Amino acid sequence: MTYIGKNQARLEDEPLLRGEGRFASDISFPDQLHMRVVRAPVAYGRLGDINADHAKEIPGVFAVWTAKDVMEIGPIPFRQVNLPGMERFAQYVLARGYVRYVGDPMAVVFADDPYVAEDAADLVTAEIEVLAPCLDATGPVGEFEPGVPAVAGVVEKKYGDLIDAFARAEHVVKLRLKIGRHAGIPLETRGCVATFDPADSMIRLYGAAKIPHKNRITIAAMIDHPVEKIHLHEGHVGGGFGTRGEVYPEDVLVCLAARRFKRPIKWIEDRRENLIAANHSRQQTHEIRAAVDGRGFILGVDDVFWLDQGGYVRTHGGAVSELTAAMLPGPYVWPAYRSVGHIRLTNKTPCGTYRAPGRYEGSFVRERLMDAIARELGLDPVELRRVNLIPEDSMPFDRKIDALGTEIILDSGKYEDLLDRLLERVGYDRLKAEIEQRRADGEMVGMGLAFFVEKSGLGPHDDAKLNLQADGRVEILTGTASVGQGVETVMAQIGADATGLPIEAFYVTHGQTDRIDHGMGAYASRATTMSGTAVHLAGQIFNSNLRQAAADMLQTEAQGLTISNGRIHRTNDEHGPALTLATLAGDYHKTHGAPLTAEATFHAERMGFPYGIHLVVARIAPDTMEIQLEKLVIAFDVGKAINPMLIGGQFAGAAAQGIGGALFEEFVYDEGGQPLATNFADYLLPTVHEVPKVEILLREDAPSPLNPLGIKGAGEGGITGTGAAIAAAVDDAIGGGGAIDALPISPARLHQLIEKLGR
Amino acid sequence: MSEKRRVSLAVNGTAYEETIETRLTLADFLRHQLGLTGTHLGCEHGVCGACTVLVDGYSVRSCLMLAVQAGGSDITTVEGIAPSKDELHPLQEAFRDNHGLQCGFCTPGMLTTLVEFLRDNPSPTERDVREAISGNLCRCTGYQGIVDAALDAAQRLKGQDRTAGPDGGESP
Repeated sequence: MTYIGKNQARLEDEPLLRGEGRFASDISFPDQLHMRVVRAPVAYGRLGDINADHAKEIPGVFAVWTAKDVMEIGPIPFRQVNLPGMERFAQYVLARGYVRYVGDPMAVVFADDPYVAEDAADLVTAEIEVLAPCLDATGPVGEFEPGVPAVAGVVEKKYGDLIDAFARAEHVVKLRLKIGRHAGIPLETRGCVATFDPADSMIRLYGAAKIPHKNRITIAAMIDHPVEKIHLHEGHVGGGFGTRGEVYPEDVLVCLAARRFKRPIKWIEDRRENLIAANHSRQQTHEIRAAVDGRGFILGVDDVFWLDQGGYVRTHGGAVSELTAAMLPGPYVWPAYRSVGHIRLTNKTPCGTYRAPGRYEGSFVRERLMDAIARELGLDPVELRRVNLIPEDSMPFDRKIDALGTEIILDSGKYEDLLDRLLERVGYDRLKAEIEQRRADGEMVGMGLAFFVEKSGLGPHDDAKLNLQADGRVEILTGTASVGQGVETVMAQIGADATGLPIEAFYVTHGQTDRIDHGMGAYASRATTMSGTAVHLAGQIFNSNLRQAAADMLQTEAQGLTISNGRIHRTNDEHGPALTLATLAGDYHKTHGAPLTAEATFHAERMGFPYGIHLVVARIAPDTMEIQLEKLVIAFDVGKAINPMLIGGQFAGAAAQGIGGALFEEFVYDEGGQPLATNFADYLLPTVHEVPKVEILLREDAPSPLNPLGIKGAGEGGITGTGAAIAAAVDDAIGGGGAIDALPISPARLHQLIEKLGR
Repeated sequence: MSEKRRVSLAVNGTAYEETIETRLTLADFLRHQLGLTGTHLGCEHGVCGACTVLVDGYSVRSCLMLAVQAGGSDITTVEGIAPSKDELHPLQEAFRDNHGLQCGFCTPGMLTTLVEFLRDNPSPTERDVREAISGNLCRCTGYQGIVDAALDAAQRLKGQDRTAGPDGGESP
């Protein structure tokens, strides 16, 4: 093993550094039409006639579509967690009968210039009978349309005997907690370009991301096109975070229009659209209570929550609620548990997933609860957690609940060991004493931590194929996707070690549905675990095939050969005849009539569960209420680190996003349902000033038994506990006694709270 | 549907004489009329900084400037930073070596901003670097790799510059 574990510089960097990337909006075709979406200006209303006469008069406008033009297209189906009765809340590509959030697509304009398309879209008017919107998922149930209650579904996860737990409790702790509405917000907005070739009826969609293979099947079915006649192509992707790459109305519309008009169709979202039309996420309110015994051991937890889904249910179905309920117990034993999640429709932008879906929310709820219990019992927050952690000798630990169709069995973990290592790393006792002293001296400074369990490697399978090219280079062909995380580098590192070839020999293909039949894509921290393992398996076969081919050529035995520096020679004759990969490729092709290849599929029945702890020290500036993060430490067990540098990058970036959701980012609506955060002056992404240097304690103490390399995913663990740990630190800083019960903690809210506390 | 003007300007050392719609932004002109798609549009309202280019050596948000306003100017985009197709600029090398990019969408604006900054501040502190890129949003990296890359690049540039003072050491 020479590449796994190394801080290998990325294969994908050079074109991106030179400005030679190919993001969606960089792709253009001759004769293309530009699509512009006309979006609902009100939160809820009955949609009447749409008048596009003035728009159509503008030179350069080719067509305007409303729902009447796409009546044959059904609503966008769910790819995950389809709860009974949920289908009726799916979104059509253009609004039918009603508009249900500001931003709901009502019409699309096609024009030969993007500026003209935008001019024309401004002239499209709609008759809308405005109805009273529902904007609160915890209040009275609204309506999806008159007579249809706005309840999209209810999720329940439970195990153990809660009645007994509460009967035996010496303490019962209850909390009501809220997580604000925010989202992934990749820096590249959404965009797609579709072409249609009448000669063979082939539709090609560029700008695909995340799950091209799944989306291909969905779009083909929606527009009734033979699936073999549609291909999705992923170029560079400017960030994913769960938001980007799902099937949205616009993806379907460009494909349909390309086929109907027999012209390329390009759609690039602007930032206002992105903030009101791409998936929001997170917004939940929980009411949770815990039954606790005299020493702080939690006997049972009963949780109910409301998820503010927005105007429609999108591709994730009930996945976020399911993951919230299933993963909320985190690293603790909790012998009895129940969580009931109510998915309520409101007249806001529809919600989907965002990095660590359900776990950012659930970790905030769980860890606030743990702090409240510690306070109630007069215990140190660390000691309270220690009492409740699942012990190492209980692994694998069957949660006795399922999520996303798989059982939750925590595969491996040394939870208390990681906690001890973190405490030692930060010098916990001394740090705590220092902070207490500073507080005694009048500073508002505090510390908090959050323990969490992540998930990774969602199956069921992934394929990989290695192809020896004529020039001696090796293609790693995968069905995974790149959202900027460095997947090419990681696949090449794994491929290099498995084959024994130098990393320079490899290039990686991903996100192309015309190159590989199956692909599950990149989400849920699955790419390295699933596709990486498939590459590992294919690489081992490739190594064996390579040796056999060389043995045939050198007329020797395969086991007597060594591969080094990209050449193959007899082990006992280092300076004797050696084959280059190019020579071997040529000879193999000549004698076998096909190139040398190897392929493998990796199946995983269950997910693996990495885990970690976030620790934060926060100081509040008394004049401005600015929350300054003096320290943010992430301890995380990744099982096996393929590229620690890239994992560090994942953690630092995810932590920055977690800070955003904890302190700055919130989609606020006025009482009429108008969104108030529609640009980057109102929706505040953290800048470099708000993001401290993130300290990382990366461990490989509990490799996953579910794959041969022991890998667990690293894409989400940097964000999962951030909100919870920041809340705890701020609460500690103000002596809040649990007063921080909602995210984000804006300066205004903090000021109100401090006034109320009389600090 | 707007007026057009004839405009002369230089981009990355190449002179252009172009007919430009008066309402076309500089960013859209560079991207779609000249095909220099390295300049990215992340917000089109001047906040994210991805579209930053250098106009006569000074950083400008190309989404907030009309192309016709650039008449007579000398513009540098991300495509003009590397010295050749075989070599990267030391700042680009430092980005690669310090994991200063993930998706790469903010990268062009970070690079152009830092080219200007390091030219004017050859010996920056970390605080200086953070101030310099505080107008550029990155959603992937948490900024740390970018800050490290900028500090590393300052060292590399000193090593490269023979006129550097005694503290201008070898690049690492």
